[in-house]
Amino acid sequence: MSEEVQARIASIVGDNDVVLFMKGTPLFPQCGFSSRAIAILEHLGVSYESVDVLQDQEVRQGIKQFSDWPTIPQLYVKGEFIGGSDIMMEMYEAGELRQLMAEKGVVSAG
Amino acid sequence: MPMAADDIAGLIREAIPDAMVEITDLAGDGDHYAAKVTSESFRGLSRVRQHQAVYAALGGRMGGVLHALQLTTAVPT
Repeated sequence: MSEEVQARIASIVGDNDVVLFMKGTPLFPQCGFSSRAIAILEHLGVSYESVDVLQDQEVRQGIKQFSDWPTIPQLYVKGEFIGGSDIMMEMYEAGELRQLMAEKGVVSAG
Repeated sequence: MPMAADDIAGLIREAIPDAMVEITDLAGDGDHYAAKVTSESFRGLSRVRQHQAVYAALGGRMGGVLHALQLTTAVPT
C-alpha cells in the first residue's frame, strides 16, 4: 500500500477529533456493523466525521494496514484507534466509551 | 465462501492453546458468527490487542472469507 494513502489516512485521523471509517454513510450505512457503530455514536451524542470507504478503494484497503485491523468500521478519537464495532459495543455497554469521549473532551460527561 | 464453526474454533485454539472458544451461528447460515474467546493470555492486554490476537489466529481470513464475526474477548474470572 502506498505511503501516500497512509499519509492521507493519517491526516484524516489527525484532523478530526472523532472519525469513523465505515461502509456507507451515517444516513445509509451499507453494513450491519457500520450501522451499529453509527447508532452508538448517535446515542452518545458526539459529533463525528465519517469516511465512506466504499467510495475510496485505496482507503478501504489502506485503513486495514493503518491500524493492523482487518475490518471496517474503525473508530478513531483524537488520533487514537479505539476499535471496531464489537469493541465499541462492549465499551458502550460498560459506560467506558462515554467516559473515554469525556476524558478526550469530545463529549460532555453527562 | 462460508467457514464451519469448528474450523474457526480450531484455528483459534491452535494459536491460543488455553482459549475457551464459544461460537454461535447467528443466522444459521454458516456465515454470520459470534465468537467469545476467553484466555489467560489476554490478561493485561487492551481490547484492541486481544482482538488482534484472535484475528492473527484466523490468519487473514477475518474480513475475507469470514466477513461477519462478532468477537468478544475476556480473561478467565
